[in-house]
Amino acid sequence: MKPAHFLGLGNLPLGTRAKVSGVAGGHGVVRRLEAMGIRPGVIVEKISGQPFGGPVVVQVGRARVAVGFGMAQKVMVEPMIAEEPA
Amino acid sequence: MRLIMVGHPNVGKSALFNRLTGARVVVSNYPGTTVEFTRGVMRLVGRRVEVLDFPGTYSLDSSCKAEEVVLAGLEEMAPDDVLLNVVDSTNLERNLGLTLQLLSLRRPMLVALNFWDEAQHTGVSIDAPALEQRLGVPCVPVVAVAGLGIRTLVERIRESRPSTYLLNGRCRWEAVGEIVREVQTLRHRHHTWRERLGDASLQPFTGAAIAVVVLGGSMAVVHWVGEGLIEGVCEPLFVRMWTPAVLWLSTHWGNEGWLHDVLIGTLTGGEINYGESFGLLTTGLYVPLAVILPYVFAFYSVLAVLEDSGYLPRLAVLADRLMHTVGLHGMGVIPMLLGMGCNVPGALSCRIMESERERFIASALLAIGVPCMAQTAMIVGLAGRYPLALPIIFGSLVIIWFALGLLMNRFLPGESPEILVDVPPYRRPRVRSLAKKVGMHLTWYLREAVPFVLLGVLLANLLYHLGVIAFAGRLAAPVVGGVLGLPAESVGGLLIGLLRKDLAVGMLAPLDLPFRQTVVACVVLVLYFPCVATLPVLLKELGSRQMLLAAAIMIGTALAAGGILNLALWATVG
Ligand SMILES: Nc1nc2c(ncn2[C@@H]2O[C@H](COP(=O)(O)OP(=O)(O)O)[C@@H](O)[C@H]2O)c(=O)[nH]1
Ligand SMILES: [Mg+2]
Repeated sequence: MKPAHFLGLGNLPLGTRAKVSGVAGGHGVVRRLEAMGIRPGVIVEKISGQPFGGPVVVQVGRARVAVGFGMAQKVMVEPMIAEEPA
Repeated sequence: MRLIMVGHPNVGKSALFNRLTGARVVVSNYPGTTVEFTRGVMRLVGRRVEVLDFPGTYSLDSSCKAEEVVLAGLEEMAPDDVLLNVVDSTNLERNLGLTLQLLSLRRPMLVALNFWDEAQHTGVSIDAPALEQRLGVPCVPVVAVAGLGIRTLVERIRESRPSTYLLNGRCRWEAVGEIVREVQTLRHRHHTWRERLGDASLQPFTGAAIAVVVLGGSMAVVHWVGEGLIEGVCEPLFVRMWTPAVLWLSTHWGNEGWLHDVLIGTLTGGEINYGESFGLLTTGLYVPLAVILPYVFAFYSVLAVLEDSGYLPRLAVLADRLMHTVGLHGMGVIPMLLGMGCNVPGALSCRIMESERERFIASALLAIGVPCMAQTAMIVGLAGRYPLALPIIFGSLVIIWFALGLLMNRFLPGESPEILVDVPPYRRPRVRSLAKKVGMHLTWYLREAVPFVLLGVLLANLLYHLGVIAFAGRLAAPVVGGVLGLPAESVGGLLIGLLRKDLAVGMLAPLDLPFRQTVVACVVLVLYFPCVATLPVLLKELGSRQMLLAAAIMIGTALAAGGILNLALWATVG
């Protein structure tokens, strides 16, 4: 298995599922995202991303949550891609 | 004892509140509908129990205004008050975070598992008895909109009790995860067409296409229904039923006298001109009932469908990037849309914006650049006879709105927060909810707006007869004539516009203004000041200091924009 790589939620490719590994932000942001279901360990799937740094929509559980791009970039995720054989 | 309803935004608290109390609170399919307490009364075994619907809150962490309101409310709880936690069963995990926080308050509590129908349809099944055992408080499945499970819920209120649930050193979300694993089973299922459509309207391209269709279609429907009602129903009714009565009265009074002037106004060639006669019984009734009411009805019918379907949060996502250029995030489209009906609910809904800066920008943009439906209907009626006038008027308003937003965003200190919002699934609007909303808006309009129109007609007559309007006209002539290129008579409209802007537009009709003056006058009337109904709301929401700033911006913008428009039209069209 390849070593895990992390990226901001904003850079997650469309339609990809990923595991949230952490939120690199202040207490307030962490709490607000947590309340919407986005917290470490949770699986999210990117539903859409608007161009020019517009918001990102992810599915969390059965809910869809729109997150501004800047805030989305603070959410570090680990994509769950089917690894290609080396 | 009081029953206190707490839950996330958009979990159906208002719908449940209506079921419990028989009240008529609006429900909408987007987060942030209720930003204040709502009070009602229900009967519980012969006793009157007060029910409080708290604003939706995701947690008790006090990170936003709604949450602080809830926290303050919870602190004031009496010992015998009961907490009713309303939960969205389709999102059990997220909702239980708040539930555990509430349990730790150790108050008598019970849980309503709402959206039980949607949970079943989407393959979510919850073992309610098991959940109940885990939490130690009653958990009752309900479908608030359909009234299912309500009786059981009410019966079990007396079983509510403080929970003994303990986290036992685990963190809250760990505990939630454990509970969910135990009581919930998810069945995999394929996406429905409604979900596909829901996601398509969030994509950049399909979303933009859908937005164009939805918004363009909405405008077309409002216009079509509005005009259809005016021409097919209201106007014929007035001409056939009302005109003979008024004419009879006129002859009865010998076609003159002060009473005749006030009630009927001036007749042209022995005929009533409903737009220009300006009596209480002629223009005073015709304008609010035959010109504006049809448009108000059409607008709120369309808006209700948009609200209840769940389209608005999607529009917010699509518009987010654009709205940031004016210092708002995407949810700022909601006050603007509501304001197109009437600025009062628009100004109230500015509360869904998080920061003071955003609330100021939203209120200012709304009050300055967004004409209410009453005014729009009158503008369409007045300026519609010049083919180019309407695109120029509304185009100018859009440009001014943007320019002003850019400037405020540039010069007001601070930054606008980012959007973070739940996008609910599309839901089929329910006719009952739609009818209730439209009915409420129409009642409000008839009760609150129509008297002001009548008062305005009376006042206009009075000011005119006392010579006040002529005097003010001479006084303001250098500005109104010099800068805006408007005749001194139009000052009467500007004065009455402080009361009702629709009527102000109506007062321009008898002046028979040419193209350029019509356009400038309509635009200036939208911009220069909020009407008497909106002003107190803005004052309350913004405070006097910010209101003063907003007022200065308004008057400045009106003069600047009106002057430029006047020059530009003079240079191009003459
Ligand atoms: N299918 C279904 N829809 C519901 C139910 N309860 C509420 N709704 C809808 O969910 C939306 C949000 O309801 P509302 O009462 O405004 O939620 P609030 O923000 O918590 O007050 C509205 O469109 C309601 O019609 C329910 O039990 N089942
Ligand atoms: Mg509500």
